[in-house]
Amino acid sequence: MTAPRDGIGAPGGEAVLVRLRGVTKHFDVSPPLLARLLEGRRRQVLKAVDGLDLDVARGRTTALVGESGCGKSTVARLLVTLYRPTAGDMIFEGVDIGRLRDRRALAPLRRRMQMIFQDPFASLNPRWRVGRIIAEPIRAHGLLDDPAAIRRRVAELLEHVGLRAADAERFPHEFSGGQRQRISIARGLASSPHFLVCDEPTSALDVSVQAQILNLLRDLQRDLGLTYLVISHDLAVVRFMADTIGVMYLGRLCEVAPADLLFARPRHPYTRLLMETVPDLRRPDRDRQPLAGEVPSPLDPPPGCAFHTRCPLADDRCRQERPGLRDDGAGQVACHAVEEGRLPAWRGAGMPGG
Amino acid sequence: MAGQPLLTVRDLVVEFPTRRGALRVVDGVSLDIAPGEVLGVVGESGAGKSQTGAAIIGLLEPPGRIAGGAVHLEGQRLDTLSGEQWRRVRGRRIGAVFQDPLTSLNPLYTVGRQLTETIRTHLDMTEAQARARARALLGEVGIPAAGERLDAYPHQFSGGMRQRVVIALALCANPRLIIADEPTTALDVSIQAQITALLKRLCRDHGTAVMLITHDMGVIAETADRVAVMYAGRLVETGPVDAVVNRPLHPYTEGLMACIPTMHDRPPRLAQIEGAMPAPRAMPPGCAFHPRCPLAMEPCVSMRPPMVARPPSAAACWVRAPEPEPVS
Ligand SMILES: Nc1ncnc2c1ncn2[C@@H]1O[C@H](COP(=O)(O)OP(=O)(O)OP(=O)(O)O)[C@@H](O)[C@H]1O
Ligand SMILES: Nc1ncnc2c1ncn2[C@@H]1O[C@H](COP(=O)(O)OP(=O)(O)OP(=O)(O)O)[C@@H](O)[C@H]1O
Ligand code: SF4
Ligand SMILES: [Mg+2]
Ligand SMILES: [Mg+2]
Repeated sequence: MTAPRDGIGAPGGEAVLVRLRGVTKHFDVSPPLLARLLEGRRRQVLKAVDGLDLDVARGRTTALVGESGCGKSTVARLLVTLYRPTAGDMIFEGVDIGRLRDRRALAPLRRRMQMIFQDPFASLNPRWRVGRIIAEPIRAHGLLDDPAAIRRRVAELLEHVGLRAADAERFPHEFSGGQRQRISIARGLASSPHFLVCDEPTSALDVSVQAQILNLLRDLQRDLGLTYLVISHDLAVVRFMADTIGVMYLGRLCEVAPADLLFARPRHPYTRLLMETVPDLRRPDRDRQPLAGEVPSPLDPPPGCAFHTRCPLADDRCRQERPGLRDDGAGQVACHAVEEGRLPAWRGAGMPGG
Repeated sequence: MAGQPLLTVRDLVVEFPTRRGALRVVDGVSLDIAPGEVLGVVGESGAGKSQTGAAIIGLLEPPGRIAGGAVHLEGQRLDTLSGEQWRRVRGRRIGAVFQDPLTSLNPLYTVGRQLTETIRTHLDMTEAQARARARALLGEVGIPAAGERLDAYPHQFSGGMRQRVVIALALCANPRLIIADEPTTALDVSIQAQITALLKRLCRDHGTAVMLITHDMGVIAETADRVAVMYAGRLVETGPVDAVVNRPLHPYTEGLMACIPTMHDRPPRLAQIEGAMPAPRAMPPGCAFHPRCPLAMEPCVSMRPPMVARPPSAAACWVRAPEPEPVS
């Protein structure tokens, strides 16, 4: 690719591209004022993300996993400045992007980070030809003016994602779901970003198409030195993509570890529950006993460790005192049982008796 | 398969008439389900899984219609039933569970009222008897404190609990067959595990048969007894789950199984099936998979392969399941 690779976020800088510290996002979900006055109902705040500390390593893939509603997409939207944090620091190459008020100061940063969305059907303008869709970020950021140069760049991007230059003339509805996701990736790459936030990039796609897209994302990372934050609820997808994994539960990280280590030896009881409940094609457990317990409401999270209502190791301390994320060299875990050394050995998901 | 099949589908064809001619979205599907059996139906998006399920339960969206073939449930022909006759079969002998529980629940009525009304539509019971049965059903699908929950509204339940209420509704009249179309796709893994365990328990304890339509091969591997693989409106392979997953015959099934990532390792690349499934309007001649098939030969491009038994499975592939020489 001939696009410039200099500037903020370029490969070869500091090892950490984005540093999140205490990042918090609260949503006001109070009932309407009238209901509060007449029915005496209270203001309500939903803590979608609550004090998140995470380092996103340059040129690598960091993944977030966790159940629906745990705050993954909110983190993604905070990172690409679609949301402003309620509190905390988000340092992208020395700049706190959460505090930048000035749109002009944000513009060059936004060009460096792009988001790939889950639904390739909803995120492409159906009335625009593919060429115009892909060129839009180039025009918006004023990267190229000459129409011929823009056309060349669009052709180059299309070929990079495995489509043909001639596809620029067609409309989104003429493409399959996988091809549409390729188009949105081409659009995401148009402004030469260094950081791609991929929120469930394949969950709307068939597994056969998913394999094409995941391979493409890894090829692009290798060729362009991109940094990824990948969000998925699918542990197998995360296993294939990620170098580092953060497991989220009710707005907080409960475990962060290098991917190999996390899969070999998960430590947080919630990480273990996740790994034990994912049905596995290669090692099916046909007598699986589902674990009881509903996910608690994020509006009313349990005190102490948020996981204690479902945790087999919970004791009085867990019910009262919130465990912090502790780094012990093998990764970070927020669990009293781990700290107290009363965590049983891990025998592996899908293993007999495991 | 031992014993009589509960459901038999023969050469089912579903078409949508359009100005440019009929769109054939299910093209000659034949399958059987035995009592107490879970048949998993898998395949690419748009392969015709939902249309097959909808045709069996008489819920094709007009102008979609059954244009050929026959469907029998315990010997009774279903595809020729009138709307009035269907009302006595659907809900009574076949139940349905769809992806979004909210489409099956009325937000204005309590869960208990919806259950008792459905029960009394199909079974000759007093209000009190129906309410007792509703409570038992909620308990059976794993809703704690079922007695108190009867008076709750759907929005007071979590997503997984709502889906369990829908299953309870489908069970009201002890149906022989449940068609479950992506019943766990919108749910988290922990809740998904509860729903699939529940479906399996129904099959074991009540001999209910389940047609489980899903994209999730992990769910299939843990839940289904047999699997039917669809591609471009056609059945390409059927067989016991272990054989289809681990020793697939059809090249599409093989490609599908190989491209699924697993938690247990991190290969440098995933296997890929190049290209995309053809739309109903652009069906290639011969085997519908031939433009993407690494094994395609001369007959594949011109002649449609028949389903041929290769025990324990059966497949439609000129290379992997060539027709046996006629013995005479
Ligand atoms: N704009 C908003 N207003 C109010 N609440 C919100 C808003 N966006 C998200 N939430 C709430 O914040 C919590 C976290 O949502 P988020 O979308 O980040 O979850 P997620 O982990 O991405 O879930 P999923 O896997 O379902 O996509 C949820 O409880 C959600 O309902
Ligand atoms: N109302 C309709 N009119 C015309 N074609 C339709 C209609 N509904 C569905 N189809 C077509 O029928 C074919 C089969 O659709 P079906 O919904 O059965 O697929 P599926 O295998 O269930 O896919 P998915 O996994 O995405 O649910 C598709 O090509 C679809 O476009
Ligand atoms: S802190 Fe306690 S409740 Fe929380 S995960 Fe650890 S053992 Fe379980
Ligand atoms: Mg999300
Ligand atoms: Mg479907």
